[in-house]
Amino acid sequence: MSDVTETTANSQSGIAEFEEGLGDPVLRRRARIWQGIFWVAMLGFLAAAPFFLYPVFVMQLLCFALFAAAFNLLIGFTGLLSFGHAAFFGGAAYIAGHVLKVWGFPPILGILTGTLFAAALGWLVGSLAIRRQGIYFAMITLALAQIVYFFALQMPFTGGEDGLQGIPRGHLLGIFNLNDPLAMYYFVAAVFLVGFLVIYRIIHSPFGQVLQAIRENEPRALSLGYNVDRFKLLAFVLSAALAGLAGSTKALVFQFASLTDAHWQMSGEVILMTLLGGMGTIFGPVVGAFIVVALQHALSGIGSWVQVVIGGTFIACVLLFRRGVVGELARLLRINSL
Amino acid sequence: MSSTTLTKPMLKIENLHAWYGESHVLHGINLELGEGQLITLLGRNGAGRSTTLRSIMGMVDKRTGSIQINGAEFINKPAHRITPEGRIGFCPEERGIFSSLNVEENLMLPPGVGDGGISIEELFEMFPNLANVRKRMGTRLSGGEQQMLAIARILRTGARLLLLDEITEGLAPVIVKTLGRVIRDLKARGYTIVLVEQNFRFAAPLADRHYIIEHGEVIDTIEAADVEASMDRLNHYLSV
Repeated sequence: MSDVTETTANSQSGIAEFEEGLGDPVLRRRARIWQGIFWVAMLGFLAAAPFFLYPVFVMQLLCFALFAAAFNLLIGFTGLLSFGHAAFFGGAAYIAGHVLKVWGFPPILGILTGTLFAAALGWLVGSLAIRRQGIYFAMITLALAQIVYFFALQMPFTGGEDGLQGIPRGHLLGIFNLNDPLAMYYFVAAVFLVGFLVIYRIIHSPFGQVLQAIRENEPRALSLGYNVDRFKLLAFVLSAALAGLAGSTKALVFQFASLTDAHWQMSGEVILMTLLGGMGTIFGPVVGAFIVVALQHALSGIGSWVQVVIGGTFIACVLLFRRGVVGELARLLRINSL
Repeated sequence: MSSTTLTKPMLKIENLHAWYGESHVLHGINLELGEGQLITLLGRNGAGRSTTLRSIMGMVDKRTGSIQINGAEFINKPAHRITPEGRIGFCPEERGIFSSLNVEENLMLPPGVGDGGISIEELFEMFPNLANVRKRMGTRLSGGEQQMLAIARILRTGARLLLLDEITEGLAPVIVKTLGRVIRDLKARGYTIVLVEQNFRFAAPLADRHYIIEHGEVIDTIEAADVEASMDRLNHYLSV
């Protein structure tokens, strides 16, 4: 095997050397530092936000940020474009709202019920959709999500076009009154953080590495012996469940579950948030959700023109920085992941 | 010649037909090799050599005929069960290194398919180039390093039947020489190997038998001992 060593000098001399002499350990350390800075900034924002921003706005932002992060797990890390994630977000909102209002479930149990419903629905939709790829996958998820939308419109318990109103916030663990905006805010912040940490852990686990391998080269992952369909289905169910967690929490925040949550436009909006922030990045969906929600609030005075502004922003993003805000930032900082 | 005596056929392919969509690509491939043997599939571009490997792996749209590994039929098995149940290691032509993972992560990613896989440290001894870049991302590797990683990756899993597709393509002569030594070493360790090659000079000293494939069929079989006497035939088959 002595000849192998002969090639070492050859390969190290040029082609494989890193740009500007940087090795991967250096890049990784730099990525860790910047990720640490983002974590500190995000946790600082979470702790201080209700003191300088309207709490309901931040809670809405956190629900959408979690929704987008869950969606990113599927599109960014598995390579599957679902066009029906509103079904999980909205469906879970209705179920959580119903069990909280009619069955008198406590808040945590209500949110968990919504999440479990979204996971089960995700399993059903995913089982049918992952048999196809690309645009066909997206179309199947859209079609199935429309069925859920019409269920939400027609079922007696959903309130039809009026939506499910008057969902009680109740008491957390029987102690904290969630009608207090600050208590409600920190509860939502905790839910967001748990969901975000779960996603972060999934991305950095061996399971997450297999998902990324499937995204990069599905036939190769298959030929290495991975049951690709099972991995894709599990990723779909996890993404749906986390989207359901976001939807259930939003229902509790606004005490209201409406058709808007299950409408196909919501599926489009979460795609927009993820792409704006940076698909396949860790913090991108959070930043994307912030941009979209902040624009919707800031421009609420101009009515439906806000959609035009958001559409224009999206076009500018695709043309000028197609990696998304965080993706471009990572490129500027010359790090692999942010 | 002892190497051609099939005491225990490890891979036996009979009348294998394969399709990509409507396109009928393989038209009845027949071949077999015993445990510890190395065969090459030779032929011109588009003859069906890589498709034969992809058919074994279940990576074509449709296949018929018979593919037996250690006596068990694999023709109807789903793709994800072929690798673990056949204890196969497939190294595709495009290498398929995962760019978002580093060298060690690429090595660790494939699931084990049986006992007796080569340890990471031993693989780094076998390929010292990789040891020097173990934390480097897949995209940052040279072509030679990628090829070594693609081979090393399937050796860790415990695979005993290796399907290697054009492993020398586009590589510097010194790396080709290295790969030749590795393949010889693997054969000495008892691995069973199917090698798809354009580089006959690389393949000739390694193989027990050569199968010439043309238009999706095996048109000739040449034993290692008969190569010198068959050079005219080989030149005719392989010339452009």
